[in-house]
Amino acid sequence: MALYDVIFYLFATIVLVSAGGVVFSRKMMYSAFSLLFTFFGVSGLYVLLSADFIAVTQIMVYVGGILVLIIFGVMLTTKITGVDIKSGTLGAFQMGIAGLASLAIAVFMIIMSMNTQWMQKDPLAETSTTVEAIGGLLFTEYLLAFGVAAILLLVAFIGAALIARRK
Amino acid sequence: MIETYLPLIIMLVFGFGIAVVFMLLSEWLGARRFTPGKVSTYESGMPPRGTARERFSVKFYMIAVSFIVFDVEVVFMYPWAVQLGTLGISAFIAMMFFIAILFAGYFWELRKGGLDWD
Amino acid sequence: MLESIPLEYYLGLSAIIFAIGAVGVMTRKNAIIIFMSIELMLNAVNLTFISISSFFGNTGGPIFVLFVMAVAAAEAAVGLAIVLALFRLKKTVYVDEVNTLKW
Repeated sequence: MALYDVIFYLFATIVLVSAGGVVFSRKMMYSAFSLLFTFFGVSGLYVLLSADFIAVTQIMVYVGGILVLIIFGVMLTTKITGVDIKSGTLGAFQMGIAGLASLAIAVFMIIMSMNTQWMQKDPLAETSTTVEAIGGLLFTEYLLAFGVAAILLLVAFIGAALIARRK
Repeated sequence: MIETYLPLIIMLVFGFGIAVVFMLLSEWLGARRFTPGKVSTYESGMPPRGTARERFSVKFYMIAVSFIVFDVEVVFMYPWAVQLGTLGISAFIAMMFFIAILFAGYFWELRKGGLDWD
Repeated sequence: MLESIPLEYYLGLSAIIFAIGAVGVMTRKNAIIIFMSIELMLNAVNLTFISISSFFGNTGGPIFVLFVMAVAAAEAAVGLAIVLALFRLKKTVYVDEVNTLKW
């Protein structure tokens, strides 16, 4: 099915280009808005993988929540349009080391995924990642993790309030 | 399965295309007359005061933090609400525990005055 | 449906996103940019979870992704609060200028 391929490559291009924009952009606000496109692109890939609930969750939590926090963080710390002058001060040697290490990570993971004998696909795979399956499993098998997530969110809420406020 | 999203993709493509075309068209066809009223920040609005580059108050950050906590709560609530009929009372109690814990944090924040604006 | 793009493509894409995020963490000095790079890496891992569980019909992956998102939200709230407190105390967000604990 050609349309599926076209959409995959479209979203993959969006994600890769905007991820590069996040990391290599000199202005912090440009990085933040590139991150927006990365989140949307990954959400589109989730839809392609027929994980619709996760795609909507991605938009809600990452775009609606975390990105807003990050943009507030940018606005609260620096001049919005200021160029990040220090970003280029890392030496060429260190930049080369970092680039080589990351390239090694990527190549290693790709080679590993290519050489793995993956299991045969479950014929029922396409209907199993919907909301019903998630809800059924989340409140039976993963109930303890759910409770721990509640405690974690409470601690994060109170901790963020205590750290961020003045005095 | 994936074909059910085809209308959504067509709508996205059309929406994006129409926005771009309209921007280009107004850039290309529109007249350019710069009067003082036209180039002001809010045309027919109030005159801006101060600079937009200054740093924001940390209170905005506190509102965003409380938003994100309850955002995650809603995300967990959705599969719960879909499956509540088959899961029964234990899932209901678990969710009430979850909500109670988060509201404890909310009331703590309220009592400490973290959400007061002045 | 899913056969037209093999699983390896999704895994390779998320490996590349992860590597881009790793470059950001290693080379940038602005704490908030490092933060965004960490979010990129988390997104790459989430994409791996979803693609594998979607290809094999396992529901564990989406649930793990939900918890990763909850942890990412908590981490963003606390981490950015730390950056804000740091900026208030030392007037900088560059991680190499924060060296009080460095011996």
